[in-house]
Amino acid sequence: MIEKIIVNIGLESDIVTARQQGKKLAKHLDFSSSELTTIATAISELARNIVDYAGGGEIILKLIQQNGKQGIAIVARDNGPGIKDLELAMQDGYSTGKGLGLGLPGTKRLMDDFEIFSEIGKGTTIIVKKWRKQNAC
Amino acid sequence: MKVPILKQGDYLIASVQSVLTDLDLKQLHDDLVEKVGRFRSRGVIVDVTALDVMDSFAARMLRTIAHITKLRGAETVVVGIQPDVAFSMVQLGLMLDDVTTALDLEEGLAYLKQLVKGNSTKDD
Ligand SMILES: Nc1ncnc2c1ncn2[C@@H]1O[C@H](COP(=O)(O)OP(=O)(O)OP(=O)(O)O)[C@@H](O)[C@H]1O
Ligand SMILES: [Mg+2]
Repeated sequence: MIEKIIVNIGLESDIVTARQQGKKLAKHLDFSSSELTTIATAISELARNIVDYAGGGEIILKLIQQNGKQGIAIVARDNGPGIKDLELAMQDGYSTGKGLGLGLPGTKRLMDDFEIFSEIGKGTTIIVKKWRKQNAC
Repeated sequence: MKVPILKQGDYLIASVQSVLTDLDLKQLHDDLVEKVGRFRSRGVIVDVTALDVMDSFAARMLRTIAHITKLRGAETVVVGIQPDVAFSMVQLGLMLDDVTTALDLEEGLAYLKQLVKGNSTKDD
């Protein structure tokens, strides 16, 4: 079973590749179809930000385990210009481009865990996770 | 994958395929604007039944398509948003506020028909 996939993000068409790979990997964990769509949507938002604002980077997809829980981690990494004001960038409706400003805050809502690191002139790394729901407890 | 557009009477029907890149969406936008003018269409249906992900870019393009075709005299209806896709859209915070939606192709066509009937004070 493949546990880690790296997708280079440079062109718009790579966005589709990344979300297809993400769905494929997530299917190993029997996520519900609704959760698969959620994961693919989050990947789409993160990959598009890389194309739009960083000019290129990569999406790393990983199956993860923690305290008996299983899930998928998506790491979106670039060496772009970085984000000046993270608090602002995480607000609904804030966009320095022509976007709706929903990508980052929306991705946070879609996923279970969300971490963002950014340094001006160095780049941005965003790590999001979705855990598989436990069957009964 | 390029989106095929079918002309059916006064309407245009665009059937979005499962894999839709940003370029396909921009192409769809341009094609619809051109065809609405050429065929003097009164309505446009964008069928997204096959689409597996609607992200913020796709939603923004659909809105733009609806606005522009309206300025060109045609009403756009988006049909077939799947339950899973709708669920993700809500969490993302995407609202297709100003875009008319319908459950499926049949309902979309019914909507356009009654709309065109109601508007038939054409001065041509
Ligand atoms: N990888 C990145 N590198 C640099 N800046 C970024 C990056 N990702 C996001 N940003 C900045 O954060 C802002 C907010 O991003 P977000 O994805 O929430 O909205 P958007 O991309 O502008 O619009 P939408 O995603 O709704 O189309 C962006 O406008 C951009 O300024
Ligand atoms: Mg974005």
